[in-house]
Amino acid sequence: MKRMGFLSWALWFGYAFLYVPIVLLIVYSFNESRLVTVWGGFSTKWYAELLHNDQLLSAAWLSLEVAAMSATVAVVLGTIAGLALARFGRFRGRTLFGGMITAPLVMPDVITGLSLLLLFVALEQLIGWPDGRGVTTITIAHTTFTMAYVAVIIQSRLVSLDESLEEAAMDLGARPAKVFFVITLPIIAPAIVSGWLLAFTLSLDDVVVASFVSGPGSTTLPMVIFSSVKFGISPQINALATLMVTVVSVGIFIASLIINRQERQKQRDEQMAVQGG
Amino acid sequence: MINRLRRIGLWGRGAVLAVPFLWLLLFFLVPFLIVFGISLSESVIAQPPYAPLVQWLVDEDAGTTKLQLLLNLSNYLRLGGDDLYVLAYLNSVKIALITTVFCLLIGYPMAYAIARAEPAKRGPLMMLVVLPFWTSFLIRIYAWIGILKANGVIDNLLRWTGLTTEPFELLYSDWAVYIGMTYCYLPFMVLPLYATLEKMDPTLLEAAADLGCRPWKAFLTVTLPLSLPGIIAGSLLVFIPSVGEFVTPELLGGPDTLMIGRVLWNEFFANRDWPVASAVAIALLLFLVVPIMIFQHVQGREAEAGR
Amino acid sequence: MAVQPIRKPTRLEPWQDPGQTPYVRIEKVTKAFGDFVAVDDVSLSIYRGEFFALLGGSGSGKTTLLRMLAGFETPTEGKIFIDGVDMAGIPPYERPVNMMFQSYALFPHMTVEQNVAFGLKQDNVAKTEIRERVGAMLDLVQLGRFAKRKPHQLSGGQRQRVALARSLVKRPKLLLLDEPLGALDKRLREQTQFELVNIQEKLGVTFIVVTHDQEEAMTMSSRIAVMNHGVIAQTGTPTEIYEYPQSRFVAEFIGSVNMFEGRVVEDQSDHVLIRSEDAGCDLYINHAVAVPSGATVGVAVRPEKIALSKEPPAGADGRNVATGIVREIAYLGDVSIYLVELKTGKTVRVTAPNLVRRTEMPITWDDEVYLTWRPFAGVVLAQ
Repeated sequence: MKRMGFLSWALWFGYAFLYVPIVLLIVYSFNESRLVTVWGGFSTKWYAELLHNDQLLSAAWLSLEVAAMSATVAVVLGTIAGLALARFGRFRGRTLFGGMITAPLVMPDVITGLSLLLLFVALEQLIGWPDGRGVTTITIAHTTFTMAYVAVIIQSRLVSLDESLEEAAMDLGARPAKVFFVITLPIIAPAIVSGWLLAFTLSLDDVVVASFVSGPGSTTLPMVIFSSVKFGISPQINALATLMVTVVSVGIFIASLIINRQERQKQRDEQMAVQGG
Repeated sequence: MINRLRRIGLWGRGAVLAVPFLWLLLFFLVPFLIVFGISLSESVIAQPPYAPLVQWLVDEDAGTTKLQLLLNLSNYLRLGGDDLYVLAYLNSVKIALITTVFCLLIGYPMAYAIARAEPAKRGPLMMLVVLPFWTSFLIRIYAWIGILKANGVIDNLLRWTGLTTEPFELLYSDWAVYIGMTYCYLPFMVLPLYATLEKMDPTLLEAAADLGCRPWKAFLTVTLPLSLPGIIAGSLLVFIPSVGEFVTPELLGGPDTLMIGRVLWNEFFANRDWPVASAVAIALLLFLVVPIMIFQHVQGREAEAGR
Repeated sequence: MAVQPIRKPTRLEPWQDPGQTPYVRIEKVTKAFGDFVAVDDVSLSIYRGEFFALLGGSGSGKTTLLRMLAGFETPTEGKIFIDGVDMAGIPPYERPVNMMFQSYALFPHMTVEQNVAFGLKQDNVAKTEIRERVGAMLDLVQLGRFAKRKPHQLSGGQRQRVALARSLVKRPKLLLLDEPLGALDKRLREQTQFELVNIQEKLGVTFIVVTHDQEEAMTMSSRIAVMNHGVIAQTGTPTEIYEYPQSRFVAEFIGSVNMFEGRVVEDQSDHVLIRSEDAGCDLYINHAVAVPSGATVGVAVRPEKIALSKEPPAGADGRNVATGIVREIAYLGDVSIYLVELKTGKTVRVTAPNLVRRTEMPITWDDEVYLTWRPFAGVVLAQ
């Protein structure tokens, strides 16, 4: 039982490592003093200031817009890609396709950003599109690297899904397209939702790729945060961080409550079925 | 006739597949070719700041035009010749390796403890590991600034306990970079480790114990080898992006914390030397090709095994 | 052996009647996955109303053959005809065939009712008719009161019946069943075997069932095709397969068997005599074989066809009589299994019914016993 002791210590150390910085961040967001680490009394003035920071608010709005759009496109493309990898068997170009899908997962941001910028510049020279850089180019860039995550989630969901469900539907007279929309899609819907949320978060989080492919007038929230952090600590960022952490935690908490309840209901049903069998 | 339907079926699949395929071709593969092309061109003061690779030469006397291809390897020669670049590459690998080891040291016991917790608790415990990942990466790095800087949390703590009297600053050092990167990439290590450890049959350890194996030896001879796929996947997931990391060394590292991502960024934004930046990117990519291929191989095998 | 309801032979069986045309015709079908040949040059004729079993171990190609009938795999070579129509190029959703999957493949997001109605909806059947037919089908499988439940709220046996109802509701001409009882426990399996046969007889649908369980195949089917390594080893009624196996593989795969090696010494039109070193005696079989005199052959004798006695059997002429010592006895309640070591060193398996209740067994360990069997008991199998 000594081992279990070591393991729980390790676990608690890990959680402390993960959460102490976030907790400190939240605590100091209510600090009166501008010197972030010196406690000057409780205050919410940084939140008030945050709400009047127009540059930050418009950047936040732009980021949300880009994240929503790119996540939506990424979900469509990523679902098709995941379906192809899990269900189409061997097709010509599969290796290339699989490579292009998984490589963005580990590709350093600086390379993705640079290569996409150079593509946009070259395209603009060649065909005049995209005309300058801004929301469109950021959205395309984010779609490209987030669809890889969606594809991996969908692929692993489909691999664990009994293929005979789709075969049964086909056997009962449904054409392949109908099988996808009536059988496959409803069953993998939770995976699609989590794929969308992941793509949204990743887009909202990205500073490097956006810095490369954005143009004047299209500054995203992470870019604003990055430049202000580079000049040192600012209590406003603490306030912003607290708001983001709160929103994310509440969202995840609610989601896990719902999932938990469904899971429990399902277990109860299954138990009843066995007993009543 | 026999293959009529098959062909229609394949055509339909092809049409569906074409959309993501073309997207990736255009926005993922072609850009690399362009980067490669530009890495072979010359830097000029123009918009865009590189000389075209292909030029039409008009010979007025003969009245003909010729296509001229201009390639120059000077950017790569510069990479090899200048200590700055070589050091940056080596330093990036060193920092990425150290980060990977730290993630493994902290992540493995966590993943193991979670995998051996009661089944009902595993989900929430894993959720706690992943939760920070859903909050902004930048903000998590930012949080460490307040902790590591002079007059920050650690400094104050040390002075309050009387261990130091001098101001103690960890910020703007390699150590700050190790801490920040380990912090950010830890979930990437824990996730695949947990996935393999959780699948492991606990009766294997009971069998080992029954056959007279002491717990630590059972761990070394049974658990550790069986979790190797998770260790490899997790290490690659941490190592590969770490090599090209930019944000963490930029915010937490000192001016002398050389990393290749920073060099690329500076060549591009500060020096506006696109060809050299491209050459740096291509060299970095070549550096990462082997680990990326291993990663894809592991990933592919996992997908096959899930079948 | 288990229960074997012999089907009442009312008339000439269809496969014996040259005037009948087969309903399903599989002609020289081969299926290869890369280098691996899953089904190798198989030809089969299956008639209307049959309950046909494809029996074999894992990797024997039985499931691949079934999937080719359903249209999920395309034959590499050969043709499949259903009701006279060439199935090449016809996708699963256009075949007059339905399949019951091993995993049941019930759609988890639909109720029992919606699952059963799914196939009819694809054919744009009128709503009132759908309701009627689904209701009737659920009554047939006794699931009427579970119509609104989701699959995860059902027990294993109930799920199996939903899957059956769903595959039958479209009134297919041919129903394919992939290990239909594989996921049920033993007690439920026996009960369901008879239910399946009843439903099949009631609806008159042709069933082709894939199974690895010989007992299941023997109980339910009109005919069995035993498959091995992609090839059909033998096709026949359960009795033919059991009593007249045509190869060592079939003899050993179905039930248990004692195999004696020997040499043909006398070959007449009404009997053969085989000298066997293995058995330590001459084996007399009352039918002719098509092997030349002097050929080496195997003789298969089923354990239940051998009688054990402590006294030498009366009127024996030394043929079909072996002697040995009882080494092992397994008491199974209804029967006992004896393993007898012959003087020649070979071990022979004998099963004998426990006809009377006795605490003290008449034959026990280390007894010297005589083993005898009748002239019709042995089956001669060429090498």
